[in-house]
Amino acid sequence: MNIPSDLKYTKNDEWIRVEGNLGTAGITDYAQGQLSDIVYVEILVSEGQTIAQGETCATIESVKAAADVYAPASGKVLDVNESLPDTPELVNTDPYGQAWMIKVELSNPAEIDGLLDAAGYQALIDEREG
Amino acid sequence: MYFPHTESETTSMLKAIGVKRLEDLFQDVPVAHRFPNLDIPAALTEMEVLAELQGLAEANESAHELPCFLGAGAYHHYVPAAVDALLRRGEFLTAYTPYQPEVSQGTLQAIFDYQSLVAALTGMEVSNASHYDGASAVAEAVSMAIANYRGKRTRIIMSPGLNPQYRQTVHTYHGDAGIVLVDAFEKGDSLSLKAGPEALIPQIDDNTALVIVQYPDFFGRIYDFSALAEATHAAGALLAMAVNPIALGLLKPPGEMGADIVTGEGQSLGIPLSYGGPYLGIFATRMEYVRKMAGRLVGETIDNRGQRAYTLTLTAREQHIRREKATSNICTNQGLMALAATIYLSLLGKHGLRQLSELCYHKAHYAAQRIANLPGYQVWGEVPFYHEFVVRCPAPVQEINDHLLDHDVIGGFDLGQVEEFQPALENHALLAVTEMNSKEEIDLLVETLEEVSNG
Repeated sequence: MNIPSDLKYTKNDEWIRVEGNLGTAGITDYAQGQLSDIVYVEILVSEGQTIAQGETCATIESVKAAADVYAPASGKVLDVNESLPDTPELVNTDPYGQAWMIKVELSNPAEIDGLLDAAGYQALIDEREG
Repeated sequence: MYFPHTESETTSMLKAIGVKRLEDLFQDVPVAHRFPNLDIPAALTEMEVLAELQGLAEANESAHELPCFLGAGAYHHYVPAAVDALLRRGEFLTAYTPYQPEVSQGTLQAIFDYQSLVAALTGMEVSNASHYDGASAVAEAVSMAIANYRGKRTRIIMSPGLNPQYRQTVHTYHGDAGIVLVDAFEKGDSLSLKAGPEALIPQIDDNTALVIVQYPDFFGRIYDFSALAEATHAAGALLAMAVNPIALGLLKPPGEMGADIVTGEGQSLGIPLSYGGPYLGIFATRMEYVRKMAGRLVGETIDNRGQRAYTLTLTAREQHIRREKATSNICTNQGLMALAATIYLSLLGKHGLRQLSELCYHKAHYAAQRIANLPGYQVWGEVPFYHEFVVRCPAPVQEINDHLLDHDVIGGFDLGQVEEFQPALENHALLAVTEMNSKEEIDLLVETLEEVSNG
């Protein structure tokens, strides 16, 4: 189970990498394992759009489930991973790298403090599994 | 009466759950309602039941006994004996949804063949396993268009040529959901009923999700929808065409005309008229929209031994997985009817379908020509028609149909009884002719109609 220490996490299994005022987000290794083989990713927001923390920004379909991805933080969408829908399996193989979903210019950086760190996210998983 | 368990099986089951008598399981039902007195007549013997039902059936006069010129969405065509013979096989008749591919290859392959035939016939890229009927298929097209634009476009334009029952069904499904349903004609104004598809173009705006037309339309007319398709796409909207599959044996496929969604009523494909059902909802679209399409979908793949196999696929679209985020609540198909259509089309083949379609066309045109020559009758002839045409009659259609029935002929559809066509189409009948109508039957129709205009 890969939980990079330099990322922040939501209770809904999204991760966010914060660099200055830029946030890059996707879903965690734990999430892709739970969903099993990902067959489709639909990114629902577009460049220039303003989104709020917790708003649905993408939908993922696996062979057994369809799940929403919620924005970990509020801001303006700067970029979306347009090639991800063509290679959905990357969510399984490289969830923190090539399977990033959206890039956001944070409008409220304080929201990040309310998210879980790596240890907190590990604890959340242990609670679920236990 | 049939009980699945023997007394000893029942006793041992009760013992296993610690219950003394079967009656004890119903203690939650209040005593007053537990074993009510049903006061129904005594049981009849098999002979008596048969006699009673036969009596009821004999009171009907069906298209089997009388020449039928009634269409308006359901048509009397010949059903080859092979269709029923195969449908009645227990493996097909009692099969349930093929969730387990390892025990359902027969059903799945049949559905896959059905989908392939529909795609080929309509000129589209993918078909689902079918919907309930032609009307609900149109309603599903609306659901799909709304889902496609994620609720950002809410305007649906329905052509005056759409079957009024399909229109009504769309209103039932989508009437209150924040969707703007545009019935694009002036109620009761025959001029707007006669306007071609280009008349819809001014109605299309950037809030339009879907434009729906029928091909041939409800009044039997054949239009070229290419210009409408172009205008629809230019506005960023989708075009849906509701089709008669038999007509596609002769006419240009909707896929080649720019349709994004094709729906249809498959009753004409080896399914009897019955009493309005069960029928068959055809639904096809382009691959780019496949994830927004509702309904079952069968795909072809290989198993772990490298053998070709079929299975339900793209199942994460469906409501039992997506729940409220699915395009539709639908999670089934008209399995047996889709099978009937598949067998029927396989028996006819491409050339047979073409021949059949031409027969319907030519017979209808023979009938129309003879009726047009009758004093007192006018046939709508400005626009080419397929196997149905509108006739303005010298008397109310009900009167004419009563007279026809006295002569053992089932007449056409009374367009004046449709509320949205009143009063413009009073005394107008919609007549359908198929391969089942012999020349003698058509001549009988014409002669009987002549009697009415002669008073």
